[in-house]
Amino acid sequence: MSMRQTFAGDLAVLPTHAFGTRSLTWWGVIAYMLIEGGGFALAAGAYFFLMSQETVWPPSSHPPDLLPGVLFTLIILLSEIPNTLLKKAAESEQRRRVLLLIVLLDLFGLALLVIRGFEFAHINVRWSDNAYGSIVWALLLLHTIHILTDWAESVVLTALMFTRHGTEPRRFVDVSEDALYWRFVWITWLPIFALLYLAPRFV
Amino acid sequence: MTATEHPADVPRDGPELDGPELDRILSETWGDKPGLIGWLTTVDHKRVGKRYIFTAIGFLLLGGILALIMRLQLARPDSGLITADRYNQIFTMHGSTMMFLFAVPVMEAFGVYLVPLMVGTRAISFPRLNAFSYWLYLCGGIMLWVAFLRDVGPDIGWFAYTPLSGPEFSPGKRADFWAQLITFTEVAALAVAVEIVATILKQRAPGMRLDRIPLFVWGMLVTAFMVIFSMPAVTLASSFLLSDRLVGTQFYNATEGGSALLWQHLFWFFGHPEVYIIFLPGLGFVSAIVETFCKRPVFAYPIMVAALVTTGLLAFGLWVHHMFATGLPRLGYAFYTAASMSIALPSGVQIFCWIATMWDSRPRMEVPMWWVVGFIITFVIGGLTGVMVASVPLDLELHDTYFIVAHFHYTLIGGAVFPLLGAITYWFPKITGRMMGDRLGKVAFGFVFAGFHLTFMPMHFTGLLGMPRRVYTYPAGMGWSALNLTSTIGAFVMALGVVLFLANLVRSLGNGAIAGDNPWGAASLEWATTSPPRPYNFAHIPAVTSHTPLWEESLPVFSGLRVEHRELVLTTVVEALPDVRDPSPTPSIWPLLAALATTGLFIWSIFSPWALVWGAIPVGIALTLWFWPKSSPDTHQEPVIE
Amino acid sequence: MRRLLALVPLALLAGCSGMQSMSEGAGFGSHLFNQLMLLFLVVTGISYAAVLLFLTMAVVGRRNEGGEPRLQALLIAWTGFILIGLILLTGASFLSDRREAREGSDRTPLKVTVNANQWWWGIEYQNDDPSQSLRTANELHLPVGRPVELKLNAGDVIHSLWIPALAGKQDLIPGRENDLRVVPTRIGHYRGQCAEYCGLQHAHMAFDVTVESPQAFAAWYKAQSQPAPEPADPGIKAGHDFFMSHACAMCHAIGGTPANGTTGPDLTHVASRKTIAAGTLPMTRGALMGWIANPQGVKPGARMPAVGMTPDELHAVASYLETLK
Repeated sequence: MSMRQTFAGDLAVLPTHAFGTRSLTWWGVIAYMLIEGGGFALAAGAYFFLMSQETVWPPSSHPPDLLPGVLFTLIILLSEIPNTLLKKAAESEQRRRVLLLIVLLDLFGLALLVIRGFEFAHINVRWSDNAYGSIVWALLLLHTIHILTDWAESVVLTALMFTRHGTEPRRFVDVSEDALYWRFVWITWLPIFALLYLAPRFV
Repeated sequence: MTATEHPADVPRDGPELDGPELDRILSETWGDKPGLIGWLTTVDHKRVGKRYIFTAIGFLLLGGILALIMRLQLARPDSGLITADRYNQIFTMHGSTMMFLFAVPVMEAFGVYLVPLMVGTRAISFPRLNAFSYWLYLCGGIMLWVAFLRDVGPDIGWFAYTPLSGPEFSPGKRADFWAQLITFTEVAALAVAVEIVATILKQRAPGMRLDRIPLFVWGMLVTAFMVIFSMPAVTLASSFLLSDRLVGTQFYNATEGGSALLWQHLFWFFGHPEVYIIFLPGLGFVSAIVETFCKRPVFAYPIMVAALVTTGLLAFGLWVHHMFATGLPRLGYAFYTAASMSIALPSGVQIFCWIATMWDSRPRMEVPMWWVVGFIITFVIGGLTGVMVASVPLDLELHDTYFIVAHFHYTLIGGAVFPLLGAITYWFPKITGRMMGDRLGKVAFGFVFAGFHLTFMPMHFTGLLGMPRRVYTYPAGMGWSALNLTSTIGAFVMALGVVLFLANLVRSLGNGAIAGDNPWGAASLEWATTSPPRPYNFAHIPAVTSHTPLWEESLPVFSGLRVEHRELVLTTVVEALPDVRDPSPTPSIWPLLAALATTGLFIWSIFSPWALVWGAIPVGIALTLWFWPKSSPDTHQEPVIE
Repeated sequence: MRRLLALVPLALLAGCSGMQSMSEGAGFGSHLFNQLMLLFLVVTGISYAAVLLFLTMAVVGRRNEGGEPRLQALLIAWTGFILIGLILLTGASFLSDRREAREGSDRTPLKVTVNANQWWWGIEYQNDDPSQSLRTANELHLPVGRPVELKLNAGDVIHSLWIPALAGKQDLIPGRENDLRVVPTRIGHYRGQCAEYCGLQHAHMAFDVTVESPQAFAAWYKAQSQPAPEPADPGIKAGHDFFMSHACAMCHAIGGTPANGTTGPDLTHVASRKTIAAGTLPMTRGALMGWIANPQGVKPGARMPAVGMTPDELHAVASYLETLK
């Protein structure tokens, strides 16, 4: 450098991993939540816009059957219990607990994906019937892609945790952020559930 | 978490490891493999940034050639030079290329190149994502242009209003190529935006508090947030369009409960912030240039930051001003008029502050400052015509006429391209190690500036005389012919200026004067290292005690990062206190392969919905292998990302 | 001095007249536009001059050192100036809008429905007595001083109806009906054009507007309400018969004949119009023949197919159409 430099401190004493806002990837995860959350908010906006164009909603069919939707919602809410435990276990770097809970959550995810299949089967409208059909399929599909990609990522992370790479402390940060993202998956589900299942019945 | 046990066990930079020996080891650690493999696997933000800039300029030239063709067609009334179909493809491609393939990418490219250097770190956050985003952008641009050259280019305007762009009135795949281009470029832009936010918030030099961040970096931060909040809208809109066209959804079909206005709301919710996404980095360029050539910090720094943030926020409240003629309630329009007018305030304040900076010093009129002067003279006109079209009664006449064409070229070229050309001249020494030619630089400026005004000033009058937009020809006897001819001549003068600028650039690559670290005597951190910077950016992580670090007595630096593995330091968000050492990802072929797999998925899905299922599999595999750690020997006591 | 300066933008605007020019001010809306535009030009012009002056002085002028507090005060003043200017312009804009909405509310409006399709304008004058309604295409006749309420519908894609000399524009959007109120204030001939990109021939979707005295309008309306005249001589009758027995009658309507199509423009009084093909060609025999013989040559992509005919048949049809005044 052309400027005179003076040594002002040493970085060697700093740790090499940290949780929450101290982790770089945490910010990446939050940024993606903003992006996807924004996308959901706009899709919800589109739902309301299209609804305002109709006098009857749904215009020509029954709302989606309540049972699969309610079942999905209950189970995903339930999954927050092992999810919170997983996050805590990761942040206290307890490997065995983490392995147990992450597998449990993968199984929850699988069950939810199966139920999601039933939700599609009981949506009671085709995407091409009318704009109502298009937007409800879009909302459900968007959330499905959301939960599917997160589940796939969790499965890969699970596999990774079982290898010797899983002994590296940084992996615990990955698990903690994965658990954080799972919260986002069910938090975004709640308003979508309301739009798909409750709004047509009460509006 | 505890501090590492044996800090002395691995080689680290510091007073004992410095100079050429340090450079040798760090270059080895942070460098790429030689040749093609290195080029394909690099995750160096400077190399990725340079290729982004290079590609974006390429698209600028392609878009510019399309503009010249349009101007040739419009030079005379009732011209038969270009057919209606070809012209409609050309104006669609001109707008789409300029907006999606040039303007946003080039601004993000400068952010990718400069932000890590300006904040004093070794790499961008998420370097592999950065590489991936470039390849995806390139593939999207190639897809669109191949479609155009094969006469299946989109012909629906860059804004693709439904139902014209829907399945009934745009048969074939033309509109789908447009809609999928959106997906390519928006995914790429969102990736870069995430990286910019993370880099600025977490990787700043120790001591670089929020009030010591360079104004360009503030501009990029606000821009990145605007990208994050606006781009999902257009991605959603274009996905709905693709699905209407491919699988028969009814989002935009009024007869089945859909709405043509849904498209407009979703598109313009993105579309308005989009122009500020293009404009704000330009303002950052101006601040950097003015600071350097006035040898003083920009006047009223906190106000400048507030102006940037206010502009970014207000930009989201204006979109309905593109829809004043659609018949929405008049009272609602009044809100959007007030909001659209109010955005003139932060811009007006910034103009004052730059001029005040010049006033309070002796500005050196080097070429970049000429571009700044050109910017002020030109952009303010565009801003003022913007105030005019914010008014509903005025807009109902002016909307969709050549007056609007004049307005947005004055703001986009004056407000973004002029600062960009100044920025290229200003940072060329840092990027290449050589200075651009001075005399040719001024001549090029003159031609571009004069040509621009000759082209676009008449369009205000063409519009007032009643010429609508997006017409491939016009009748004689309307009073438009002479004005159009003038615009055409101006366009070629401007093109000559651009050619001269590029000639200067190319010649300077080989023959320009050697620049040295800080040829302009600037204050920000990118000038604290070599020109061009070494792969590792800084030998030791710099710290700052003011927001003009290179104008202080000396530059404090921190020692202690590992040198045999890629490592940088994360600092706290507000105070920028050193916090965590983070390993930085090494080069990898997976970003390229993942981008190719994603390209396959995107293009296939134009033709079949099943692409979303089957095409996702290679993407998933590529992403998994991208993130999967390579076998690391157990001798590491500290983490690496291989 | 100030009054002279204010004339400069007015002069600029006045130099901008033409049958499709906003500066014509031939309608109440366009007149208000000119006034408001003048105000905006003055306010923005002063702002721009101030910026240029300050910039020039900063780049080339002498400067006083230590002017920071003065600059801060100036910044506050500048911010205040912008704020006041924007409030003034917003207020003026709002008032202008309200003024235009009020104009003509004391008179009974003329009601016209517009149906826009790629790339022509279907026009229907409404009347309380449906038998008095009038259908035409690609032209508007309007009585001066009387407000006209246009109901705007689109049959396919978004179009925009715009008569710059009279008033601002409004879009025609499939699935919704929009309104546009125009108050013509000066007699003359003007031109309107579609102002929203609507596909291949968007550039060729214009229409003629004639503003005339109420008496002239009434006379025109009466004439237009008449059915087409019976063909007098054999040549013209041959054209009439060709028209009725070929594709022409399937798309076009001619009052008082079997031709009853609504896919294309109503031709009952086509020869009384100034232009054909939605403002693309003048209404002359040669242009008419060229258009009929080769629509795709004139307006590629137009929905009108070329109907195969011999030169004699072409002459006959053109002769017939020329009688439809």
